[in-house]
Amino acid sequence: MTQAASKTHSPQTEQKRGFLQTLEIDTRLLGMVGAFLVICLAFQMWTGIRALPEFVLNPFAWLGAGRFLVPQNTFNIAIQTVSVALMAAGMVFVIVTRHIDLSVGSILALCSAVMAVLQTSVLPNAFGLGLEHPLTAPIAVLVGIATGVTVGGFQGWLIGYQKIPSFIVTLGGLLIWSRVAYFVAGGQTVGPLDGTFLMLGGSNGTLGATFSWVIGGVAALAAAYAIWQARRSKERHGFAVKPVWAEATMTGIAVALILGLVWLLNSNLVPAARLKRIFDARGEVMPEGYTQAYGVPISVLILIVVALILTVMAARTRLGRYIFATGGNPDAAELSGINTRLLTVKIFALMGGLCGLSAAIASARLSNHSLDIGTLDELRVIAAAVIGGTALAGGVGTVYGAILGAVIMQSLQSGMAMVGVDAPFQNIVVGFVLVLAVWIDIQYRKRSGVK
Amino acid sequence: MRNPILAAVIATVGFSTAAFAESHAAMTVGVSWSNFQEERWKTDEAAIKAALEAAGATYVSADAQASASKQLSDVESLIAQGVNALIILGQDTAAVVPAVSAAADAGIPVVAYDRLIEDPRAFYLTFDNVEVGRMQAAAVLAAAPKGNYVMIKGANTDPNADFLRGGQQEVLQAAIDAGDVKIVGEAYTDGWLPANAQRNMEQILTETSNAVDAVVASNDGTAGGVVAALTAQGLQGIPVSGQDGDLAALNRVAAGTQTVSVWKDARELGKNAAEVALALAGGTAIDAIPGAQKFTTPGGNEMNSVFLKPVAITKDNLSVVVDAGWITKEVLCQGVTAGPAPCN
Repeated sequence: MTQAASKTHSPQTEQKRGFLQTLEIDTRLLGMVGAFLVICLAFQMWTGIRALPEFVLNPFAWLGAGRFLVPQNTFNIAIQTVSVALMAAGMVFVIVTRHIDLSVGSILALCSAVMAVLQTSVLPNAFGLGLEHPLTAPIAVLVGIATGVTVGGFQGWLIGYQKIPSFIVTLGGLLIWSRVAYFVAGGQTVGPLDGTFLMLGGSNGTLGATFSWVIGGVAALAAAYAIWQARRSKERHGFAVKPVWAEATMTGIAVALILGLVWLLNSNLVPAARLKRIFDARGEVMPEGYTQAYGVPISVLILIVVALILTVMAARTRLGRYIFATGGNPDAAELSGINTRLLTVKIFALMGGLCGLSAAIASARLSNHSLDIGTLDELRVIAAAVIGGTALAGGVGTVYGAILGAVIMQSLQSGMAMVGVDAPFQNIVVGFVLVLAVWIDIQYRKRSGVK
Repeated sequence: MRNPILAAVIATVGFSTAAFAESHAAMTVGVSWSNFQEERWKTDEAAIKAALEAAGATYVSADAQASASKQLSDVESLIAQGVNALIILGQDTAAVVPAVSAAADAGIPVVAYDRLIEDPRAFYLTFDNVEVGRMQAAAVLAAAPKGNYVMIKGANTDPNADFLRGGQQEVLQAAIDAGDVKIVGEAYTDGWLPANAQRNMEQILTETSNAVDAVVASNDGTAGGVVAALTAQGLQGIPVSGQDGDLAALNRVAAGTQTVSVWKDARELGKNAAEVALALAGGTAIDAIPGAQKFTTPGGNEMNSVFLKPVAITKDNLSVVVDAGWITKEVLCQGVTAGPAPCN
């Protein structure tokens, strides 16, 4: 895979930097997508073999009977991935600047505890805003994110200004914040949470078929416009541009991916029993044969928006350039006048804020703050970022890679759970995949001459 | 049935595998385990598997590895596989409710296995935990009618911990009122982990300068931690309670370092769970399960439930577990010479 990739890798693509990278076919991304497709097809066949009443030697029958690539499971994997993927997106910047954050799971637990206690006791008792008050959910989410930013920023200050290694600060944070969360929650599961807040959790908050198509259509148009705009900009500045057919293909792929995802999520119908419950709750009778699709979950939409913002930030803003410059060579960056200490604070504050957002989604999904929330998430997040091509040596990493890494990890876990692989063995496989992914990446870099 | 007590349990629950053998071919039952790191669940799994196979149904499972989030994903995955019924050993009694909702939406019945799930749509199957607590306290009280007591409770995320504690209090109340028994220490055990129980016990021993006469520990794992802490202070041999019939605990009962292990035969629980799951999947109404009674949960939900009766294993009836094939005589009597029957 990597060898084939390196042959097609021309030096020209190396020189291009910027927003284009997300739209240009990046061979490493292609490799990851390839690996992802192999995983999906393998699980589709494996579940197909299990689902068929008797064994037949026909791969197409296996694919047809499989339960992995059905809309319901795609929807499941999408909502299961969001929490880790959001944090992995932030972890990219932490690792790019040669730091590590081991405390993300604990910060998530703390933010979740703060939001849960805020909704169930602080807001109702101190401010008279009960559950289901329209202000409860927004206040809770904002305070949760603010908690994450504060905690993350404080850790960043210890790392940047006090020069304590990030490994130590966040290892301490791993122990501290989860216990603080325990006390904030009073050592109990806190819930149930506000109904509006629960919409962040996935299946409780989806856009519905029509609105999903609208969003998908707008996104497809925006992608096409961005590709076209980038081409014009390059022409204006006298850079070589790809032939028109290549641009058209790229646009086609982007539009197909966006609409394909929307179509898959829209094909997942809300179960009849749930619809009946919703109608009953409204005091209405469900019409015969009525169906409704879930559509794009709000949590997935949040992930996509955050990923876009962070990608633009990485490529187009001064902050982003500073981050990658510092990651490539911290001394040179500092000598050239970048305030690397403040930069460290900003990166860890960003990471903390993403933990807060992720906490909202994770606890809304469970409809409670559970005491074990976030446990071991730091490992999943770091693994996702690394599988997604973020180099621990610093300077290299992409947000979309980290998110794809998170999707790959969740697909592996979910697929193995479906085919009945024992839990300890699942961990063994994920461990192997992590090491293998990094090894392939190193081989790729060596052969293609990328740093 | 080799054991008259077990036979009685079956009789009260009142149905046999044979009745279901024909109608449940090609059914699949999914089991979501909270955490397979505890010894006993493997026994439950074997019992569930055996009962399902006897009825011609298929067993699929997932292990949440002590994470409420993973359990939710596991259940979604089991539903996506198209199971006909779910048996859930909840990691977190409240955070597992979204999983029950997802199952109910898909029209799949749920059996709350051993641990309560705060949702009336689930069928609750467990041993009578208040009764377990009563049995634990009664056995300890019989061995130490007077003195300073320590209560080592279970995990505070598990409602069983408080049911047990409630049952223990019922039995001890009279002795406490009479001034015979004084509770000098009480602690929850995070995650039911023996290491945490040991740490808590060490703290209490330090605080009370070893003035402890009996320990009511809520299960065998915590009892193991307690006995380790007592042994370090040379106090081993004072009455200690437990439950689950862990092999190591039964060995302690034979050796005299633990007074009682209240034994809830996991094989009965597993077998009954499989049968209830198949009955529900076959269309039996949730309140029409034989032996079902209404149970009001601490959260105020009224649930349909079946409670099985546990057995208190002390040095006087150790032969019961050997006769039932639960433990071999060699394992039970390891390192024990001139102990109670059958280790003599």
